[in-house]
Amino acid sequence: MSDNITNILVVGVGGQGVMTATEILAEAAIALGHDVKKTEVAGMAQRGGVVSSHLRFGPKVLSPQIAPGSAHILLAFEAAEGMRWRHMMRPDALALINTGNLAPPVVELGLFEYPADPVGEMRGSGARVYSFDASAIANGLGDIRLGNTVMLGAIADHLPFSADVLEQCVLKRFARKGEKVIEMNRQAFAAGRAAAAEAQKTQDARAEALA
Amino acid sequence: MAAVMPAPAQSRLLMSGNEAVARAVWESGVKVAAAYPGTPATEMLEVISTYPDLYSEWSVNEKTSLEVAFGAAMAGSRSFCAMKHVGLNVASDALMTLTLTGVAGGLVIAVADDVGLSSSQNEQDSRFWGRFAHVPILEPADSQEAYEYTRLAYELSERFQTPVILRMTTRICHVKALVTVGERAPHVAPGFKKEAARWVMVPGAAARRIPLMFQREIDLRAEAETSALNFVDAGSDRRVGFVASGPAYMHVKEAFPDAPVLKLGFSFPAPFEKIRAFAATVEHCVVVEEVEPLLETELKAQGIKVVGKDILPRSGELSPPVLKPAVLRLLGEEVPEPEKKARPVAPLPVFPRPPTMCVACPHLGVYYTLSQLRNITISGDIGCYTLGFGHPWNALDACISMGASMGMALGLDKGRGESDKDKKIVAVIGDSTFLHMGMQGLLDIVYNRGNVTVLLLDNRAVGMTGGQDNPGNGRDIHGEEAPRVDFEKLVKALGVKDERVHVVNPYELPTLFKTLRDETKVPEPSVIITNQPCVLIQDYHKLKPFTVIDDKCTGCGNCLDTGCPAIHVTKRDSVVKPSGKTVDLAFVRIESSVCTGCGLCVQPCAPDAIVHADKVIQIKPLQRH
Repeated sequence: MSDNITNILVVGVGGQGVMTATEILAEAAIALGHDVKKTEVAGMAQRGGVVSSHLRFGPKVLSPQIAPGSAHILLAFEAAEGMRWRHMMRPDALALINTGNLAPPVVELGLFEYPADPVGEMRGSGARVYSFDASAIANGLGDIRLGNTVMLGAIADHLPFSADVLEQCVLKRFARKGEKVIEMNRQAFAAGRAAAAEAQKTQDARAEALA
Repeated sequence: MAAVMPAPAQSRLLMSGNEAVARAVWESGVKVAAAYPGTPATEMLEVISTYPDLYSEWSVNEKTSLEVAFGAAMAGSRSFCAMKHVGLNVASDALMTLTLTGVAGGLVIAVADDVGLSSSQNEQDSRFWGRFAHVPILEPADSQEAYEYTRLAYELSERFQTPVILRMTTRICHVKALVTVGERAPHVAPGFKKEAARWVMVPGAAARRIPLMFQREIDLRAEAETSALNFVDAGSDRRVGFVASGPAYMHVKEAFPDAPVLKLGFSFPAPFEKIRAFAATVEHCVVVEEVEPLLETELKAQGIKVVGKDILPRSGELSPPVLKPAVLRLLGEEVPEPEKKARPVAPLPVFPRPPTMCVACPHLGVYYTLSQLRNITISGDIGCYTLGFGHPWNALDACISMGASMGMALGLDKGRGESDKDKKIVAVIGDSTFLHMGMQGLLDIVYNRGNVTVLLLDNRAVGMTGGQDNPGNGRDIHGEEAPRVDFEKLVKALGVKDERVHVVNPYELPTLFKTLRDETKVPEPSVIITNQPCVLIQDYHKLKPFTVIDDKCTGCGNCLDTGCPAIHVTKRDSVVKPSGKTVDLAFVRIESSVCTGCGLCVQPCAPDAIVHADKVIQIKPLQRH
């Protein structure tokens, strides 16, 4: 697989806005002149199922699918979903994880258990893991639906292009929704950036302590 | 959806394969486009309906959609229809004879194969239909090709007076990539010309069309030999070469960038001589086709030395991680890790997250009720309600194809074995599926005096594919008012007795339970119609959310049996009853931010612990508006 392709895997649960977030990332990559392919298999995902969305960009993208072990960034909208897709990451990958949990009915019914420490399991792979509660941040800003803008803010400083490009693409989405919605998304984006930066500090301190 | 201004020519747009096809349909001057929704094909018609200057419709089923498109093509207009793979099974009766008449205006049938079964009851290779019906097949490999091939398909269709199958797969339909679009070229239809020998397929006339059809296939094969859609990518490493079509072409290029590849965009009738010449230039020639070994078998019969399904899987996508090890083994090479630098870790075990019904879905009440009934066999159908087979309801025992619940139920009734003697047979079907292919099954139950209780779940939408409109909700593809089917009158017209037809609110559990129990006791056909809308469509109105009073919750877990995803467990415990039996307890909360107040969970709650959320908030001091 070519080294000049960036592979970003965005994962979560149907209804969280995973596919929209990936589309916005794709638009940012296009704005910078990259070739782009985006794919997901999410036929029944609007029913609360697993969603994984693949984004690949670079000079020329062939297969739309990210192969296991080759994702540069894993953007996980839900903690256990991040864990589910850990094997897709390169060893030097960055994982950005929303620690907010969404347990499915099979867990509520007691048929399966929610993992005790999904973020810890992610760290076990050796990848850099920045975790933060994007759901709480979104709720704090007044609307859980801001969660995907928070997640996009979190990834913004870790892309091979500037955060401003991505922010413009996010805000363009809401251009017709009125100034209030735009402002809320601006705040959510900034809060996501700050949360990732804070999580990075924690992770760096942890890495240092282990070293 | 309202018509929008299409993007100007030469725009470079991020488009899914479905969107790219829709654009090309509009540019090709198509006059009539028809489809029944079905993943992954649905968006083709959805997007087409937003373009100006053409007629589009949701048809009641795929066969009707093909007949509508064919009618327009007889009149010389360009026409289009789209369907998922199983849809072409339904439409095939029309296809197998309209291939004899051929077409006047261009007719393109876009068929989306769900390779890998992301949202289907089976995995099929629609390229079989090309061979069966002797019609050409074009296979795009990405969105740009989906756009270009659609435009080319109309030229091909009119030049050879044949319908053309545009073979899509999930990995074309739903992948977004950049597409450079072009100008719309209006198409002028000459009008229908009466010609009985051509259009009236009675035996004599049909027999005379058969040689023409075979000659057409010979001509099409010659066309495929020289078509620019079938081209060779020269490669430096001739130890292995590939013959590939569809998305598998991109996977081959990704996995073996230095290998020669013969890319087949016009894959049937296959250009045997072009392939023979290519195969002679490489040591091993591997045919990479999703999913059946159709081309491979034909090439082997032609004496061309190829390998295919002898080394590749016969089901699922042929993505690089599948292709690479198989082909390296063929070459006798060591199989490295997918990435040299990487050391991929195995997937971690995580609970499954199957699709669920939505919060407050009207089907929840139906399946809660069905799960409470004993001595019952439930024949199911295709739609969101198929999910009733899962937890916590476990209340659907069979499902195969659209509308099959009725016939299967009648067969279960007539073919009762020893253990079924006293079983109650129930069929469950949604409104749109009933109109698609269920009506005939109900008529069969009535006519043949079956003992079946039918639950007709009328939620006024094609739910699973995203809530499309249909004749049951009185709106057309543009959301405009349209004649609406009266299900009560319809089932009575099919012969169900007046007193055996009931319309019930599925949120009223006692009524639903009583009606279902009573009707299953009556040894004749009955229909219970539930009448509340899908929560994802405009007809649904949210009510005040509920919450759980913690002190009152006894942990009985009855509310969890509804299967509503808004209910979450806060604490588990167990108690030993006086009888000595240990009972598990699950204390719950309701996520009030997503609860829409359907009130279903309130009904089985023994201690009345579930109340409207605002009632709880009101007792807090300092609450101001």
